[in-house]
Order: sequence, then structure tokens, then C-alpha cells
Amino acid sequence: MNEMNEVRKPPVATTGIIGWLRINLFFNWTNSLITLFVIYCLYQFIPWILDWTIFSADFKYNYLGEQITNQEMCSRNLDPENGGACWAVIYVRFYQFIYGFYPKVEVWRVNLAYVMLAFALLPLLYAKLPYRKYFLYFTYIFPVIAYFLLNGGLGFTEVSTNKWGGLLVTLVLGCTGIALAFPIGIMLALGRRSKLPVISMMCTLFIEFIRGVPLITLLFFGMVMLPLFLPEGIDMDGLVRVLVAVTLFQSAYMAEVIRGGLQAIPPGQYEAAKSLGMSYWRMNLLIILPQAIRISIPPIVNTSIGLFKDTTLVIIVGILDLLGIGRGTLADTNWLGLSYEIYFFVSLVFFIFTFGMSRYSLYLEKKLKTGINMGAD
Amino acid sequence: MRSNLGFFSDEKFRSIFFQTLVVGLFALGLFFVISTTSYNLEKRNIATGWSFLQNPAGFDISFSPFLEFKSTDTHLKVYFVGVLNTLLVSITGCIAATILGFILGIVRLSSNWLLSRLVYIYVEFSRNVPLLLQIILWYSILIQLPRVKQSLQVLDVFYISNRGLYSPRPIFESGFSYVLIAIVLALISSFLINRWAKKRQDKTGQQFPVFSSSIGLIFIVPLILFFILGSPLSFEHPELKGFNFKGGLVIRPEFIAMFLALSIYTAAFISEIVRAGIMSVSKGQREASAAIGLKQTWIMRLIIIPQALRVIVPPLTSQYLNLTKNSSLGIAVGYADLVHGFGGISLNQTGQAIECMAIVMATYLSISLTISFFMNIYNRSIQFKEK
Repeated sequence: MNEMNEVRKPPVATTGIIGWLRINLFFNWTNSLITLFVIYCLYQFIPWILDWTIFSADFKYNYLGEQITNQEMCSRNLDPENGGACWAVIYVRFYQFIYGFYPKVEVWRVNLAYVMLAFALLPLLYAKLPYRKYFLYFTYIFPVIAYFLLNGGLGFTEVSTNKWGGLLVTLVLGCTGIALAFPIGIMLALGRRSKLPVISMMCTLFIEFIRGVPLITLLFFGMVMLPLFLPEGIDMDGLVRVLVAVTLFQSAYMAEVIRGGLQAIPPGQYEAAKSLGMSYWRMNLLIILPQAIRISIPPIVNTSIGLFKDTTLVIIVGILDLLGIGRGTLADTNWLGLSYEIYFFVSLVFFIFTFGMSRYSLYLEKKLKTGINMGAD
Repeated sequence: MRSNLGFFSDEKFRSIFFQTLVVGLFALGLFFVISTTSYNLEKRNIATGWSFLQNPAGFDISFSPFLEFKSTDTHLKVYFVGVLNTLLVSITGCIAATILGFILGIVRLSSNWLLSRLVYIYVEFSRNVPLLLQIILWYSILIQLPRVKQSLQVLDVFYISNRGLYSPRPIFESGFSYVLIAIVLALISSFLINRWAKKRQDKTGQQFPVFSSSIGLIFIVPLILFFILGSPLSFEHPELKGFNFKGGLVIRPEFIAMFLALSIYTAAFISEIVRAGIMSVSKGQREASAAIGLKQTWIMRLIIIPQALRVIVPPLTSQYLNLTKNSSLGIAVGYADLVHGFGGISLNQTGQAIECMAIVMATYLSISLTISFFMNIYNRSIQFKEK
């Protein structure tokens, strides 16, 4: 009896590090073979990539100790056996990558706008922020401040948008596109679900048309056709024209996402609001939309990631965003042939933004699942 | 008690009122746009109309695998070449992305930790870097390949250089059409056998080796016919003459870059869809099928995949649509698709912006609608049918 009651420890082979390794990497012989093969490949690949990107790479000086000012001075161009990536191109052109051709005297305005953007985003991203209400007021007026700060006016000297570039343009396009598309998307989603047949049909047609054509055709539309539609004398800025196209594009996708949220609201909510005598707008603004937007935040973030990546398309119509500056640098004879370094850097910047956004949307999804349950499930 | 505005609080009246208002405003806006546009066009001396389609294009298209294109051909032909190129890269891209995506999605669920992590890293990198950047990156890798004179030789017949991939061109001789007819007939008959076998199994429970008999019909019968007819197929090999290859089939680096970038980018999304689909099938299904003694491969094929497909197909459709629309990025590397060839060069040469953009947009819309239509039919066929 005694022997049977004795608590036996689990076998060593299923606990601890060894157990973990056995279960996850060496479960059976095919699994072990795969693991060994993958380790061999990584062993071949990782040292090489580390060497190229870090250990033999030039950051500011080449291996002779000279400061690099053009591609001929990169270690790998001086001595092909020696040297890896030449990051000096990023170092030298860093200003352009971040600000474009913004005048150097005025660059503090862009920096201030970057900092203010972070403060404006804070209350949107983090719901438990202390004094969130006051931060939100700032968020609402931020677009106006940013407009005058970046563009000029109100005592600031004017900086025309063709001097903007790099990360500045990428962020302006991404943020403005998302911010403007949000209210338009809500209106389109409500319109598509409206009981009024004409309005519902018009919204559906608009959404399906925009979603059926590639963004690049809309950008061409903005660049080539918009000037034809407007009366003489109204000369639209290139960046504004692109923004119109990007906003139209994004609002159609936003509308579909919000419509998904609206569909998840149980009909009881509509009925309860109507039985209280609420009008259509009061019902939607106070009861339906707050709930619908709450559940559609993760997909909204996902479409926003898509838009952020799609802003690169503006280089095709001649606007110099981050990728555009990269391509411009490559066309410079001083930096010919450094395509891998430049594309690596631009990818990394985009990756940091989009990966951060996708992690954030995962975090929201988890929070929503554990938080208040929507009646639907 | 009704107020003075009684008629306005009548729902029917209000709905008609608002809709008329919206239609009126829309018509007014449309009228304004049309009148300013026609004024602007007149001022710029641009004649509207479709006659420009018959004018000679005056430029060359380097990649036109289906239609012979000369610079004296019309803009209409530019359009057809563009549509074919768009369809070519979209269809091949969709097929490759589906295959790669399914493999990666299944590997991602592998019990091997290292392998699934590796796929995870790939998926995150390729999803989070803009597609346009990936296309340009692939293109810049491809044009840094060795020059034609030092081109890499693979399997003795393929040559890879910065001008593209050169492979032997198949030349079909007189008897080959019979082989093609045999393949088509075999496809039709294997489809019929499949239907018949399903019906019989539903009725009697007897099984029929559909898969092996189809393979036999589709591959072996045409192959035997091929040899009986005395192998009516020969190859024209590319030969290095002067500065370039003569003869053979050439696949341009623009196409390869588009194909690689589109399929690798979309495969990352598809692999996540496949993973979610397989994970949506409840564990009990796998355990139950193991309990009735099904083989491991059968569990996947007969139990898991059919149920996962119901979840997979709708988002897969939108990935196909995305890939097709993304193929318009070919303009960045000079791939002569619809947007680059017709919406870009033709538009710039003729100045017919409205007509060209309208045609391009209408074409994309119809391609999108066609894909949705067929995928909806397929989706309906695999959805759960309650009997």
C-alpha cells in the first residue's frame, strides 16, 4: 500500500531543458534530422550575415581609417576581399532620409512635430493614460498645429511641400490618410447599411469600385485627372493630390472593416435604443458606433498597416518618401551600387513601424477577448 | 397631437426627401465636374474619343510572350499585351503563392520548434516590408547577375544572366495537337470518373481508386501517344551570338522579379490564413478520426483539410484579388503590364488621360469581379451543406 501511495516524479526525459529539447526538437528521427539540417543551414548563414552587416561593415570610417564620402572609399570597393556593408551612405544621407530637403534652419519644426505626434498618439494607444481627456484635446488640435508647423504660416516661414521628403512624407501620408479615412469610413459604413436604397447603393458602389482597382490607378487619377476636374486657378499641391487618392483608397477599406464591426452588434442594441426614443444619429453616435468601433479596432490597425506600407507607391508619381530618397541616393554617382545597404535600411525602418503596429493590434485583440464580452458571443 | 412639421417627421416623406437631396447634390457635382473638365480639355486641345486606340503606338515592348509586338502596332494592341502580361504574372503568382503558402502554413504548425520559428521569422519579415520595396530589391539583385558573356549555366540548357533566364523553346510539330487533345480528353474523363465514383460510394459504399486512375489517364495515356507519334516535339536552344543570345525562350528579369516578389509576399499572408484554418478545426476531429483507425495522411486529407478549407477560402479569395491588384506595381521595374504599358506610356504619348484611366480601371474591376465570381462558386461548393 505504502509503495503505491508514494509520489513518483515524472520521467526526466519530459521535464526541464532536456525534456523540452526532446519534445520540440528531437521527437523522432525525422524531426531530429530536420533539426540538424536547420542548425547546419543557420550555422552557414548567420555568421556570414553578421559579418557582412556588423563585423566587417563600415559605419563611418573605412578600414584605412578615412571618413567615407563616396562609394569608392567603402572598404569592399577598395579591397573586395575585405569589408562588408557600407553603412556610411546612411550616415551621410541620414538627414535626407528623415527630413527630405527641408531647410536645415527650420528643421526644429519637423522635430517638434515628431515629438508632438508621439504625444498625440499616446492617449489613442494607451487607454489607461492618466489625464487622458486632456491629452485627447491635444490630439484633436494636433493636425492643425502640425499643418502650420510643417507647412508654414502664422509667423513661420513657408516650406513648400516639394522640399519635404523621406520619413517625413511617409509619416504625413500615413497619419493623414488614416486620420481622414476614419470618419469617412464610418459614414460610408453607415451609408452602406442604411435603409435608404439610394444612399446604400451609392456607398456600396463607391466602396466596391475603390476596392476593385489598384491604388496606383487612384494615384494616377489624383495626379493626371484631378487637375482636369477642377476649375482654372485652383492649383493643387502634388502632395495634396496624392493625399486625396490615398484617403479615398483607405476610407473604402476602413468602411468595410467598420461595417464588420456594425454587423457584430446584436439587434437588441438597436431595438433598445429605438425603444428609448433615440433618433438615428443619437442611436448610432451614442450606442452603436462606440461598441462597433471598439471591436473593430484590431482590423482597423491591420488596414492601417497596409496603408502605411502602400504609401511607398507614391514614388511612382514622383513624391519622394523614404523609399524615394533611397532610390534617389542610388542614382547619385557618389553612392552607385550600394543598393543592398539602402534597401536594407529602408526595409528596417518600415519593419520597425509595421511590426510595432501589428504587435499592438495583437495586444488589443487579447485585451478585447479578456475584457467585456460583446453580447454576440 | 401633431406639430406643424408633422409631414417632416413622417418617415416615408423624410426618406424620400433625403434621397432626392443626395441625388440632386450628386447630379450637381457631376455636372460641375463634367463642365469644368470639358472646358479644361478644350483649352488644352485634347480631343475626347476612342479614335486614338487605332493610332500606331511608336514604342517597343520588350516583354510580350504571347503577342508579337512592333512599334507600328496600335495602342489597342498595347492594351491587349498589357492585359495578357498582367494576367500572366497574376495567375503564375497566385499558383506559386498558394503552393508556397500552404507548405509554409503547414510547416508553421510543425511540432519542430526550430522549423516553425524559422517560418515565423520569414512570415513577419515578408509581411511587414512594403511589397514595392521587395519588388525593387529582387529586381536589383537580378540585374546584378553576371553579364550575358559570363552567364551562369544550369543543367546545360538554361542560361541565367542580367538579361534574364534563357531556356530552350519547345517547337511543336504536326502530331503534337493529338497529344494535347488526349490530355484534354483525359482531364474531362477523370472529372467524370471522380463524379461517378463519388455517387457510387454514396450509394453502395464501394470505393474506386480515383486518384491513381486519374494520374494514369492524364499523364501516361498522352505520354504513350506521344511516343507512338514519334515524339513530335523538339527544342530550339539559345545560342550566344555576339552580345546576346539568339533563339530560345527568354524570361525577362522584370517578370522574374515581379513573380518572385508577388508570390513570396502573398505566400506569407496565405500561410497565416492556412494556419488559422487548420487550427480552427477542433482537436476532437483529429482524435475521433484517429480513434476509428484512419491513417495519418488520410486524417489530413479527408478530415482536416476539407473542414479547414471552409475557413481558408474566403480570405484566400481576397489575397488573390490583392495579388492581382498588386501586379500593377510592375511599373516600378518596367514590367509592361496594363498600368505601365497602356496606363503609363500610351497615356503619356496620347494625352488621353480620362480614356486611358477609365479603360485601365474598368479592366481591373472586371478582373476582380471575375475572380470573386469563380471563388464564390468554389466557396459555395465546399461550404457545409445541411442535408
